[in-house]
Amino acid sequence: MSTLEIRSLRKKYGSLEILKGIDISLEKGGFLVLVGPSGCGKSTLLNSIAGLESITSGEIRIGGQVVNDLHPSKRDIAMVFQSYALYPNMSVGENMAFGMEMRRVPKPERDKAVAAVAKTLQLEHLLDRRPSQLSGGQRQRVAMGRALVRQPQVFLFDEPLSNLDAKLRVDMRVEIKRLHQQTGTTIVYVTHDQIEAMTLATKIAVLKDGELQQVGSPYEIYNSPNNLFVADFMGSPAMNLLEGKVTRSNGGRQIVLERHDHASIVLPVPASADEAKLSDGAKVIFGIRPEAVNDKESVDRNAKAVATFDATVEIVEPAGSDTYVVTRAAGKELTARMRAETPVVVGQNHTFAFNLDKAVLFDPQTSRRI
Amino acid sequence: MTAAADVLTAVPSREPARHSVTTRVVIYGLLIVFAIIYLLPLVVMVMTSLKPLQEVTGGNMFWLPQDLTFEPWTKAWGTACVGLTCEGLKGYVWNSVKMVIPAVLISSLLGALNGYVLTKWRFPGHKLVFGMMLFACFIPFQSVLIPMATILGKLGGIGQTLTEATGSSFGFGNPTVNLVLVHVVYGLGFTTLFFRNYYETFPTELIKAAQIDGAGFFQIFRRILLPNSTPIFIVTVIYQFTNIWNDFLFGSTFAAGDSAPMTVALYNIVNTSTGVIEYNVNMAAAIIAAAPTLVVYILAGRYFVRGLMAGAVKG
Amino acid sequence: MTTAIDPIVAHAIQSPQRDFRDRLRDWIPRLVLGPSFLLILVFVYGFNIWTLLLSFTNSKAFANFNFIGWANYQKLWTWTFETDPPSNWYTALVNMGLFGSLYVIFCLFLGLLLAILLDQKIRGEGILRPLYLYPLALSFIVTGTAWKLFLDPRIGLEKAVHDLGWTSFHFDWVVNPRMMIYCVAIAGVWQTSGFVMAMFLAALRGIDSEILKAAQIDGASAYATYRRIIIPIIRPAFMSALIILTHMAIKSYDLVLSVTGKNPGGAAELPSTFMYSYTFTRNQMGVGSASAVIMLMTIAAIMVPYLYSELREKN
Repeated sequence: MSTLEIRSLRKKYGSLEILKGIDISLEKGGFLVLVGPSGCGKSTLLNSIAGLESITSGEIRIGGQVVNDLHPSKRDIAMVFQSYALYPNMSVGENMAFGMEMRRVPKPERDKAVAAVAKTLQLEHLLDRRPSQLSGGQRQRVAMGRALVRQPQVFLFDEPLSNLDAKLRVDMRVEIKRLHQQTGTTIVYVTHDQIEAMTLATKIAVLKDGELQQVGSPYEIYNSPNNLFVADFMGSPAMNLLEGKVTRSNGGRQIVLERHDHASIVLPVPASADEAKLSDGAKVIFGIRPEAVNDKESVDRNAKAVATFDATVEIVEPAGSDTYVVTRAAGKELTARMRAETPVVVGQNHTFAFNLDKAVLFDPQTSRRI
Repeated sequence: MTAAADVLTAVPSREPARHSVTTRVVIYGLLIVFAIIYLLPLVVMVMTSLKPLQEVTGGNMFWLPQDLTFEPWTKAWGTACVGLTCEGLKGYVWNSVKMVIPAVLISSLLGALNGYVLTKWRFPGHKLVFGMMLFACFIPFQSVLIPMATILGKLGGIGQTLTEATGSSFGFGNPTVNLVLVHVVYGLGFTTLFFRNYYETFPTELIKAAQIDGAGFFQIFRRILLPNSTPIFIVTVIYQFTNIWNDFLFGSTFAAGDSAPMTVALYNIVNTSTGVIEYNVNMAAAIIAAAPTLVVYILAGRYFVRGLMAGAVKG
Repeated sequence: MTTAIDPIVAHAIQSPQRDFRDRLRDWIPRLVLGPSFLLILVFVYGFNIWTLLLSFTNSKAFANFNFIGWANYQKLWTWTFETDPPSNWYTALVNMGLFGSLYVIFCLFLGLLLAILLDQKIRGEGILRPLYLYPLALSFIVTGTAWKLFLDPRIGLEKAVHDLGWTSFHFDWVVNPRMMIYCVAIAGVWQTSGFVMAMFLAALRGIDSEILKAAQIDGASAYATYRRIIIPIIRPAFMSALIILTHMAIKSYDLVLSVTGKNPGGAAELPSTFMYSYTFTRNQMGVGSASAVIMLMTIAAIMVPYLYSELREKN
């Protein structure tokens, strides 16, 4: 039995449909990340799970129990907010104990629970302070502590790291992951940052305009994106998406990428594609991530299918650990990630290599992967 | 200040609350009861002013006028007795107008200049200076009445001397001029407060850019700050207009008699100790007195609210 | 190719003019702010000192400078305890206490209640809120006049209730010397509670909605949320409102005059009317000045710490 089950969830606000039929399930101990651009409905979905917003139709089950009509405090959930939402007039200890107070837990028990959580999160020395006296990172930990004390079935995180500066964000991300591994809690986490999604999740749900684009493990989402949106949204720098054509020659099919100043690139059909779905002369979108575009020397030695071609280097971006080299193909920019020491000169030709094991094809009409 | 007032005036478009039906009935019920309580005196005032006197004294204040008449209004305007003169409110309304317009404009303009200096041309001690000007907003006027009366008396003396010498007093001793002076001085604290808070949030980079372009003190004020100050000007003007128009203490102390502002005249009309009390005329006079500020409130309520919040010194 | 100018020569050519212009530029802001600050220094602080000095004299109808030490204050002190028959000063103080506390408490209570009601995501807020606020646009004279009529036993509330059938209803407070001050409080609360509502509403709306969501998840009932979280968070608004209301109560003058109409027998005496009558009618300027100083000190005791803390925060 999965801890969280969402079936055919729909939410309408007036005539506007915000969530268009969401189906997700999350096993116990899983870390589900809801990711997508602003306005895609991920926060609405989280609030609906929490019971802070009503739903129009569908079912939400927590621990097997239907919670649609239950008050948020009765759904056995806890939530960590983007702005921490700590009660400014109470001390850290009182903040963490407030939920228990409302549930009439006797004081000795409350104190014990708070002390235990404070120890886990190293907040013991801050228990008497007010939120205004804490740093951003400390406040976030108190917010998590308040949720931990609740010992719920599902933890909900609403973009908890968005208010922190870059370095703190990385530190807190690691802490959240460590917490998850240590306590085995079930978590639903909303973010617009796809790096957070990739590093934290056991399962990612990509949303766009209220619709689920894909649900899967980070590996699946990254390497086998269901459609163009997921392919483009996840991964930084973004996946290269080039227009190509299916041709037939020598008894086999090929993908042709045209170029202005060079010969067209002819590639065998990538292994990930379902050849049966291809038709001669059809247009396709060829997708390959920058790290799978190298030069001849540094291409992955275990790759089964590699295609090389020459191209003019347009832009070189040294990024310290790597160098991003931008060239042009099929009328668009093609970004390659190379070793930092690669000898590339702007304006000169260079031999590039595609690792076709990692390439994917999309149908431009339906946006879906082939 | 603006943020607070905007938060106040923007009606939130959140999901409807999940209150039970009984709770909503109670909420709306209470709100409506209070709305009635707030409206009632005004409604009674208006109705009374449209009734002939027998209806007022013989009837019930909540009854609609049976014999609707505008006579109390014409009386209030033209023939009601203020002290010994019986020429109605109209002259006194004009007195108020003559006094309010210069007072509002001068105090607002000075407030703008002061706010500009205090925020964009900081000097050591600017906080103390501002603090002292701010405290001046809150003094009880009783503590300055006597000295002010003395000074105004001296000015009147100068005025007399000038009149004897040159035929004109140049405004010295003129009660309207006196009131303008008084209201400007005691309004400076508030107008400076409003503008100072507003200019505080005005990007200083614009000033610096203008300085690099070679603009001087007044040019910056005229070409950059003023054009962008319309909202705060409206707020300040409305606030000052309301306060000065509604003032009674200064008016009754320093401009009694023919040059009195209309609040003083209203008070005298209502509280004549001789003869029959003409309630309907009194109410009509009160409405005439209240009309200008009420109209301003109805037309520019949002700015009115901003002024209130600013006056609460919540920066 | 540029020819190098000897730097010493260049400096000598440019520097005297630049120094003068620069210094002038430095002085313009101070010259602009100066007059306003000077006006306030003289007309506010100077006048207060003048009144203070007068309070140590035995001025009667006119100011003199025969210093009599603390005698005036001693008189006021004695009068504070003269309860049988009550001295005017005693009455003034008692009334100040009664009126002040009722005014402040009811304004705070009503303002908070209305703000909480309006914050419940109700419809029609755009109409209700301006309705609760409009009395602030009125002069105190108009308010007092309206309420004097409304509460008049013969033609106002008592009569209306009699007509409804409840003939034993008595409400002659407005003509009853002992109860007049409560009518002043009623009128005052009616006028000012809208302002307090506006302040609280802005404060309520400024609360982060995520905190309220957290309270929901924590299982706090509406009552607990208000008591434990919301009201403590808006404590600063409470303080501001309290201070502003208290200072308005102390300064009340127009309202009490218009509700009681020339204050028969001094039953509704307040320190402000006491000062006025002793200075201008009873020709005891020294005592009047002393009472004004006491009013000033009371307000200063409240406002100065408040202004100081507000100004310090704003950095």
